Amino acid sequence: MAPEEIREVIIEILGDIAPDEDLGTLDDAIAFREQLELDSMDFLDIVMELRKRYRVQIPEDEYVQLASMNSTVSYLTPKMATIAK
Amino acid sequence: MAEAYDTLIIGAGMSGLAAGIRLAYYDQSVAIVEKHKTIGGLNSFYRAGGRDYDVGLHAVTNFTPKGAKKGPLSRLLRQLRFQWEDFALAQQQQSRIAFPGVHLAFSNDIRLLESEIARCFPHQIDAFSNLRSQVLDYDDLDQASFEISTRKVLGQIFSEPMLIEMLLCPLMWYGNARVHDMDWGQFCIMFRSIFLEGFARPLRGVRLILKHLVKKFRSLGGQLLLRHGVEKIVSENGRAVGVILEDGREIQAKRILSSAGWVETQRMLGNQDEVVGDEAGQLTFIETITTLNCQPSQLGLNDTIVFYNDSDRFHWQPPQHELCDLRTGVVCSPNNYLYDDAQQLPEGVVRITSIANFEKWNGLNEADYRREKLLWYDRSSDSAVRFVPEFRHHAIDTDMFTPKTIKRFTWHDNGAVYGAPQKRLDGRTQLENVFVCGTDQGFVGIVGAIISGISIANQYCLK
Repeated sequence: MAPEEIREVIIEILGDIAPDEDLGTLDDAIAFREQLELDSMDFLDIVMELRKRYRVQIPEDEYVQLASMNSTVSYLTPKMATIAK
Repeated sequence: MAEAYDTLIIGAGMSGLAAGIRLAYYDQSVAIVEKHKTIGGLNSFYRAGGRDYDVGLHAVTNFTPKGAKKGPLSRLLRQLRFQWEDFALAQQQQSRIAFPGVHLAFSNDIRLLESEIARCFPHQIDAFSNLRSQVLDYDDLDQASFEISTRKVLGQIFSEPMLIEMLLCPLMWYGNARVHDMDWGQFCIMFRSIFLEGFARPLRGVRLILKHLVKKFRSLGGQLLLRHGVEKIVSENGRAVGVILEDGREIQAKRILSSAGWVETQRMLGNQDEVVGDEAGQLTFIETITTLNCQPSQLGLNDTIVFYNDSDRFHWQPPQHELCDLRTGVVCSPNNYLYDDAQQLPEGVVRITSIANFEKWNGLNEADYRREKLLWYDRSSDSAVRFVPEFRHHAIDTDMFTPKTIKRFTWHDNGAVYGAPQKRLDGRTQLENVFVCGTDQGFVGIVGAIISGISIANQYCLK
């Protein structure tokens, strides 16, 4: 999966986790937490959805990599390179 | 070969079902074993004499409107992938705290309570704002700050003792497992859930919520095993390996989540009654449910819930010598919610709750038990009609539960409704793969119980 596709996947997951959020105005450089009402339970769901949908394993001490869209995409790019969308 | 699951959940109440949904959604094999023949635990439903009853629901607390992004209700909807509309929550009309000569009305808009305090206790309004900000600031979930004495905190904030009692009354009534005082953490949770968020109810009552939970759990592949009581949790080398059911069957599991209660779970782990019995909660109730041939509003009863107390001092403890203590009580009318499209329950309902003594009720023989139920139906109604209009001449049916009923259907020691006084916030037990959720983990009410199940499942079974 290419970085742009990974971004789409994350947007899709965020849409499922937080259906009331407006994701169209998301700034990829700024932490999700500062733009969206996401708590630690929601962050766990990003991890869990990636595992459920694409079998991507993210160790607990690396959850911090998912702070913003940019950091998430660059963290996931090598992990998801061989996964088809 | 015994059946084996990733997670075995004990108890199909709100917390167990919610935990089950989370785990099944993320592809675990999950079974919920429930001792009763139906789901719901302390918040179940039944049918009797051709009528639908909720076991104990007065109100769903923690109401926030559609689109709210914060608060426990929106969090649980997101976590369980429900729509706001699924729970069909209708807001309360108005409720009241009634003490001798002073009545404070409140609604789901905190400004009403503020204006009532300004009217009745004009010198205390700044203190109330102070309390409100302290409650909002509270977010420590460590055991030490959770257990600070609320009476001590309130005593430092307010100079008017009766206002302290009036604020404690509804919050203790709806979720305090401790006698007399309340944990500060519990107070903050209850203050937010009742005064800052609020009361609501689905027209169809608790069965609507439970049916959504159980349907989702099953559709995700979860197994629900009713009439399956757990005799014992089996462990090897400090880890649980499964359970033995009361019928002798074995079920294996990698981890166990128990919503049976702290003391009750300890007993399944083999701890003797005398060791753990003292830790059980004491607060239990009788509740009368009267069906009317008219709407309560036609009798002048427009409040959703009235919390009454007949002296300046609020006594939150089981009676020592009598079956019940009628100095305080709660009157709830499920008709008095703002249902959509002016829908309404077909009949009027008045529910009255009073504090009771488990041992006294449990010790009665069958004939005395029946007689005392009739007697205390009248006495608790007599007590309540000092604060709400008389309704009994419109009664067409009555039902009633006692502490004995609660114990019979929930197996909670003492028929305790809010669990053990000592909450186990981290949900851990002495075994590394056995956890508790539900009332004894620290969250009460429907929304609280569901959040408890979700958070313990997230923390220990998913990560």
